Amino acid sequence: MDNVLVIAEERDGTLKKVAYEMLGEGGRIAEQLGGTVEAAVTGPGVSHLAEPLAHCGAEKVYVADSPDLAHYPEGHADVLADIVRRADPAVVLMSASFRGRDLAPRLAAKLSAGLASDCTGFEVLGDGRLRITRPIYAGKAIAEVMEKTRPQMATVRPNIFPVPQPDPSRTAQIEQVEAEVGDLRAIVKEVVQTAAGRVELTEADIIVAGGRGMGGSENYAIIEELADLLGAAVGASRASVDAGWRSHSDQVGQTGKTVSPTLYVACGISGAIQHLAGMKTSKYIVAINKDPEAPIFKVADYGIVADLFKAVPILTEEFKKLLAE
Amino acid sequence: MNIVVCIKQVPDTASTIEVKEGKVVEDELAWVVNPYDEYATEEALRIKERFGEGKVTLITMGPERAKDALKAELAKGADDAIHLTDPAFEGSGPYATANILAQALQKVDYDLILCGWKGVDHDDGQTAIILAEMLNLPHVSFVVKLDIAEDGGKAVAQRQVEGAKEIVETSLPAIFTAQKGLNEPRYASLRGIMSVKKKTIAEWGAEALGLDPSSVGQEGSLTEVVEVVPPPERPPGRVIPGETEEAVRELVRLLREEAKVI
Repeated sequence: MDNVLVIAEERDGTLKKVAYEMLGEGGRIAEQLGGTVEAAVTGPGVSHLAEPLAHCGAEKVYVADSPDLAHYPEGHADVLADIVRRADPAVVLMSASFRGRDLAPRLAAKLSAGLASDCTGFEVLGDGRLRITRPIYAGKAIAEVMEKTRPQMATVRPNIFPVPQPDPSRTAQIEQVEAEVGDLRAIVKEVVQTAAGRVELTEADIIVAGGRGMGGSENYAIIEELADLLGAAVGASRASVDAGWRSHSDQVGQTGKTVSPTLYVACGISGAIQHLAGMKTSKYIVAINKDPEAPIFKVADYGIVADLFKAVPILTEEFKKLLAE
Repeated sequence: MNIVVCIKQVPDTASTIEVKEGKVVEDELAWVVNPYDEYATEEALRIKERFGEGKVTLITMGPERAKDALKAELAKGADDAIHLTDPAFEGSGPYATANILAQALQKVDYDLILCGWKGVDHDDGQTAIILAEMLNLPHVSFVVKLDIAEDGGKAVAQRQVEGAKEIVETSLPAIFTAQKGLNEPRYASLRGIMSVKKKTIAEWGAEALGLDPSSVGQEGSLTEVVEVVPPPERPPGRVIPGETEEAVRELVRLLREEAKVI
């Protein structure tokens, strides 16, 4: 059977959105291969996640639930290699989040399997091989990649594929897997939360980003207010990160994150090529900038030539009125 | 404390990438050290300075021009360098590259290995971690802070993940991949630049490493780039005319009624 195995990413007992996105896309690939989509979830206290995975299409769920798996990614690659050998899927999908990109190469190396990173499209060819689309040079070019091994492995960019409609009547066959992790070498001692309740950049539907035009870290309050109103993530350009106004984890662009939200609002961002590379696949781009010659206006669906300190508060007020309707 | 830094030469991030006949046009590109690898080198130099002894060895795989990347980092203070170069290495994907590095590192004495978390060219972000698996070493990715214990036996690293920093303790030797934020790389001094001439750059090919040609290059790779295409064009930008207040109101209307995103 040519099945697709989705390795579901969880955090603190909750599945990441990309896990569902992969089940949808994995199901589509599996159908063309004449197989089914299966899922694997590994970690401490993850057994309850088999149910939502089943609701979104997994026919079978491999569960490795053990306190020994609390030191991600240590141990996870061993357990997953075991699961992959047992399940013998044609395709393995993992998330292109930090966690997925940390674990996937280890797992691929253990399996001597090909791995394509941060993929945005999959075409199933007649012989069952995938033609995989992935942006390179942070999106300045697109590579079409094929793999020579079974399984064909890929990490999938979040926010590209739709989340399937869950069907609560669906059930999956559950297979409990023993977690034999051996000696742990890299131990997670502590986790320090950094984003205070705001949605993660790479998963956000809306991003409000500020650049050099913000003029200082204290001025981001107007960006944050707009972002919080819209349930958006806050992004930054390299200039504002290098100036020390924002943390690097907020940086969008070639040496930061690549994002594909539905709406990207660029405030005081000129649109250097490195920045455009990281956000050009956004569905709609709004640019607010004083300089009518700024390159950001070349990619903006809606551009406003104005002082952001005047325009952004008005924008926030207008949205408030709209959302109150 | 002997430290190996794996670096890669990549096109400058300010470059426009031109695609022709399914391939990236490389002739006109300006080449630089991969930015993430600069953080790796800087961290290695700082660790060496803190310990007051040991050696920082740079290693890269690539064509002749990649030597410039080694020289750039030697000028900042690394002690010596290894250039893995052979026509047979051309077209090596992450797995084949890690294999070549693993083979080379058998001949090198190291306590830890630093790499950039990904190359800003192909954005694979795989080689360092595959290398860790091949060398049977623990790894910590996306490191934004690194402390090596005084006895050199273990390290505490901060790993950046979505919305959090994880504090990870690992035994050494280990591989760490550098994320932006780890440090502020130094510039080479004039004296540093002058010193490069006196430093050695070893050149190793497939034969010197005892590598079968079928295990390197495209043949030894597990993935193959069949075609590179330009990204889809965006429709030309549109500026909403009018005074700020009027334009913002129109923007909100368009987002609501045309784009339907709010």
